[in-house]
Amino acid sequence: MRNIGSKRLAAVACAGVLALATACGTSSGGSDGDKKASADQGGFSAPDVPMATAIGDPEGQVNILAWPGYAEDGSTDKTIDWVTPFEKESGCQANVKYFGTSDEAVQLMKTGEYDVVSASGDATLRLVAAGDVAPVNTKLLKNYADIAPFLKDQAFNSVDGQMYGVPHGWGANLLMYDTEKVSPAPTSWSAVFDDASQYAGKVTAYDSPIYIADAALYLMDTQPDLGIKDPYALDEDQLAAAVEVLKKQKENVSEYWSDYLKEVQAFKSGDSVIGTTWQVIASVAQGEGAKVEAVLPDEGSTGWSDTWMIGAEAKNPNCGYLWMDYITSPKAQAAVAEYFGEAPANTQACSLTSDPTFCDTYHAEDAAYAAKIHYWTTPIEQCLDGRTDVKCTDYGDWTTAWTEIKG
Amino acid sequence: MPPMLWLGVAYLGALAALLITSLWTQNDFTGEIERAWTLENFQDLFRVDVYRTITFRTIGIAALVTVIDAVLAFPIALYMAKVASPRAQRLLVIAVLMPLWASYLVKAYAWRGMFSADGPIAWVAAPFGLHSPGYGLFATTVTLSYLWLPYMILPVYAGLERVPSSLFEASADLGAGSWHTLRRVVLPMAFPAFVAGSIFTFSLTMGDYIAVKIVGGTTQLLGNVVYDNQGAANNLPFAAAVATVPIVVMLGYLAAARRTGALEQL
Repeated sequence: MRNIGSKRLAAVACAGVLALATACGTSSGGSDGDKKASADQGGFSAPDVPMATAIGDPEGQVNILAWPGYAEDGSTDKTIDWVTPFEKESGCQANVKYFGTSDEAVQLMKTGEYDVVSASGDATLRLVAAGDVAPVNTKLLKNYADIAPFLKDQAFNSVDGQMYGVPHGWGANLLMYDTEKVSPAPTSWSAVFDDASQYAGKVTAYDSPIYIADAALYLMDTQPDLGIKDPYALDEDQLAAAVEVLKKQKENVSEYWSDYLKEVQAFKSGDSVIGTTWQVIASVAQGEGAKVEAVLPDEGSTGWSDTWMIGAEAKNPNCGYLWMDYITSPKAQAAVAEYFGEAPANTQACSLTSDPTFCDTYHAEDAAYAAKIHYWTTPIEQCLDGRTDVKCTDYGDWTTAWTEIKG
Repeated sequence: MPPMLWLGVAYLGALAALLITSLWTQNDFTGEIERAWTLENFQDLFRVDVYRTITFRTIGIAALVTVIDAVLAFPIALYMAKVASPRAQRLLVIAVLMPLWASYLVKAYAWRGMFSADGPIAWVAAPFGLHSPGYGLFATTVTLSYLWLPYMILPVYAGLERVPSSLFEASADLGAGSWHTLRRVVLPMAFPAFVAGSIFTFSLTMGDYIAVKIVGGTTQLLGNVVYDNQGAANNLPFAAAVATVPIVVMLGYLAAARRTGALEQL
């Protein structure tokens, strides 16, 4: 019920924000001019937001915006709790709000209500460019030194060598299926695309424009002629091909999900039998008795690499820094990574996981494997795959395309 | 006067702000609103086919829900107003109001359970070799009809109560059968009440997006497009442009309702 309540609240809040944003006028966006200057990273330069120089006295609370499963306080499962130890240790009460899509995270960060956010690669640069997050002084974070080097100073979490957050962890989107109704076990994404009709009306997919990349990734494999090199760099023809795949898929889709509990429930009741998922959803569904498995298909997958960022207008920056340091500590990282089912950014966590082979299973220290996952990235006009002879479709185009796919 | 002022500022002011926002545009990357006047959002609204499809689908469902509720409400309201004893009448009014005490979400999720593959509808249909219709337009229509039914019953009940019982006797004395009396005497007199009820059911359906998200499967209505653009894509200007569509439709509906003269008779 917590989730339902918060959704309702979010709806009310959105309505309120809508009224305020329109009625209050020029509080945001007045300085668009300087924010849009061109630079090498996809046509933007980061606005000047001051960076913290020291961690002061904790404010007593911190407002955390996180992916579901990133800040568990024992309310989902009594044994899953790394927020309470943080609260005791730091003296900061943690107020956690989960979000379902990167768009939602970007939208909620704009309210200025949240101190820290776990942002994926398709949200990070948008937050930086909008001036909604501040650069992070990594010297203040004890655990930063232990973060896997291949996650530091990446295009999606830094600008001009300045980190805008602390890497949290990374992983791949998986294919979940009902072991009783789907056999043999699927090994390819074709189970939800070209062969989806055998599960007509029981297929599910992620309700966000970024899901178009999953179709593009599938096309990289099945239609090499299209010349897709990067599923986030699609020119108009390539986008049209991906949209075609998704429109065909829609005929077999029961519903799209963005609320993870809705997907768990749909698999439990049998309304969905196959579709894209995260490891944590599969684990929760299994915990509730659903007969499901999640696999990484042969084509590879889209995935995420998440970064804890701090709000530019954070009201509790000290507690925010304490949280960022805590959540990247080996102990917390081991707990989150095992619960969520992802590779921890802090590889010291690997010796603390309850399953000693956990980090090997998730290739946590394997930079070459990490490079194979197509991490969520915001599509922009300048093709991310380096093509200069053609304009790529940007996220706005993807949003419109997604509405058209859903029809 | 102060109440009118409130309405003007809080209600019309918000609408005006909405209209102004719809004439701005948004930076797709940062999500910042760019305050430059443009009709781009409205051009997109007309240019891209999918928005037209969604608009017609929404109007269609709103009309269907209104008709279903009117058909269901009439016998219930007639029984409440003209047949039931005063005590039963009070109990029935409470019974009709009762669902309004429960949260909207609880009711919508209850219907999600009803339509699920292992829910009661599937269970009843199974012996006949049928399945639950699943989530989609049908489930949405049923759920919305259920949710808004009290809003139709109450005005129709109030309208029928005002029809003098003596008219029933007069009609019978003049030789009309009960069917004829209903059609020629009761329905015309209750028509304004139906129009009043339909304004509720129609407008509430036009704006709904939560029930659609819960039981609608892949269906989108106008409310979902607004929600997805505002809540997800963060494109407030386009969301505002889409939001003007139901406003225009409702203004048209209210104008049509006025032409029938129904509003004056209320």
